[in-house]
Amino acid sequence: MTVLCLVEPDGAGPADASLRALALARSLAESGNEDLAAVVVGEPWPGVLAALAGYGVTDLHAISSPRLTGYAPAAWGRSLAGLIAATSPSAVLAAATDHGSEVMAHLGAITGLDVVANCVAASTARSGGCQLVRYRWAGSLLEDAILATSPALLTVATDAPAPDWASAPGEDPTVHAYEPDLTEVDLLVQATEAAIGGGVASLATARVVVGGGRGVGGPDGFGPLEELARLLGGAVGVSRVVTSEGWRPHRQQVGQTGTKIAPELYLACGISGAIQHMAGCQAAKHIVAINTDPDAPIISRADYAVIGDVNQVIPALVTAIEDGRPNRG
Amino acid sequence: MEILVCVKRVPTVGGTMALTEDGQRVDTRMSGFTVSPHEECAVEEAVRIVERLGGSVTVLTLGPPDAADQVRDMLALGANHGVVLESDGKEWGPLATAKAIESSVARRSQLSSGYDLLLFGNEAADTGDYQVPVRVAHALGLPCVTGIKHLEISAEENKLRARREYRGVEEVFELPLPAVVSVKEGINLPRYPSLPGRLRAKRAALERLSPAWHAEGVRTLGLRLPEGRQHRAQVLGTGVDAVPALVSLLDELGVLS
Repeated sequence: MTVLCLVEPDGAGPADASLRALALARSLAESGNEDLAAVVVGEPWPGVLAALAGYGVTDLHAISSPRLTGYAPAAWGRSLAGLIAATSPSAVLAAATDHGSEVMAHLGAITGLDVVANCVAASTARSGGCQLVRYRWAGSLLEDAILATSPALLTVATDAPAPDWASAPGEDPTVHAYEPDLTEVDLLVQATEAAIGGGVASLATARVVVGGGRGVGGPDGFGPLEELARLLGGAVGVSRVVTSEGWRPHRQQVGQTGTKIAPELYLACGISGAIQHMAGCQAAKHIVAINTDPDAPIISRADYAVIGDVNQVIPALVTAIEDGRPNRG
Repeated sequence: MEILVCVKRVPTVGGTMALTEDGQRVDTRMSGFTVSPHEECAVEEAVRIVERLGGSVTVLTLGPPDAADQVRDMLALGANHGVVLESDGKEWGPLATAKAIESSVARRSQLSSGYDLLLFGNEAADTGDYQVPVRVAHALGLPCVTGIKHLEISAEENKLRARREYRGVEEVFELPLPAVVSVKEGINLPRYPSLPGRLRAKRAALERLSPAWHAEGVRTLGLRLPEGRQHRAQVLGTGVDAVPALVSLLDELGVLS
């Protein structure tokens, strides 16, 4: 039997979230002594074959159809359902990205099978079926579960463990072209793409994030945080209360219902550390909290803390950094 | 424009989360309840559409009888009708939930003209299954798109245009109505309930139904708290006196260069 994993592109290679899904797919395949095959939609793009070879992928199914030009969620789900019928895999996985989650939901609806979302570990259970660990509350809780239906349909949390082996040169996987049988209904919903204006520094990939919460005090208090973010080459993020109050736009929200960040340093300023917020910054390497309340939940989740008012500490920090730079101005 | 918005009752979580002794549920003895943020935005979006185009908004939930509180909260925001699909204390999975919603929608279509638009939150705060809207759409034979941050309805053309950002580009979808759409927080800024809204919500008659539960292929063994950050931070100092130590730390972490 085979474990199938949908792989999405990002630039020249597979997306980071897809590599994490592939890592989980590989450990599931190994636990059941099965093969690992990847699935892509469209022609395998340059670099994907070499990249996948190093991750132990022996076969690659390339879904293509002249009718399938862009992203079409129901049609992608229908295509995977066809691939299940054609190849009888034991499991189908995808990263829990917007595309991956949406396509797997369609696949679940089309096949009538369960879909278990946001898995971080999977193995073949002794009783048969699939033993899983998955996120609840965006990772604030873990659920241990058994999935009895087959094939197992899983999405993999986008911050699940990355592959712990390096991609080594290997033999390119064998490519199998698969042309799905699609109907008008499957193709009714298709994305057209448009460019997004403005070069906003990406919060999701920033190396430093300066976060502001209720302690900033109001919509006018974010200047020093922006200045600090600029000095550190980072981005400003905010807690949910800040966007709910309308102080800052929602695209700056870090949290369960905002952006998930994974910076080297997260400087949380005047943020209490609610579960909803921590779900968005738990992947940060280092967390430094600045808060007036030494008993705020963030103090027990941060690595370092300054007990004080952000409206005093941040301007002083900005001045100190500027004074310390050799080429001022 | 007749709109259905589906919401889910979830515990209000603050700074910490505790589990029941058997590890099967979040301990809610000390917490209140709310709906997921995405869903509150779905209700706000529906109310705005109806304010512009006319029609009515129905809010539906599946949950214990007390989930009526969350339906009334949404009525206070401007929704017009409330439906509670009463569960029986069991945990309902996404397949059973979708089935119950589909039956309720199909029943209404037989009685009257049905809904033009079904709105959902993108995923529930607790389970995050990301699939109930899609399953409902397939069961009803309706087009569906998820994760939406901008929604425009054209009543004249009987279609909607929905947008979202994905990997640095904007994806635009056009769907004929009726359709199913799940939205994300950020699509709008929900209003606060008005006092007249609260009073109207308190008095509103809710429709109550008891759909049949069925088991799913997933069996929960238990919940647990992840290991990880549960330690006190090293305190660098107090107020501006801590700034030199903070600068040294930033330097040490290599973010000053």
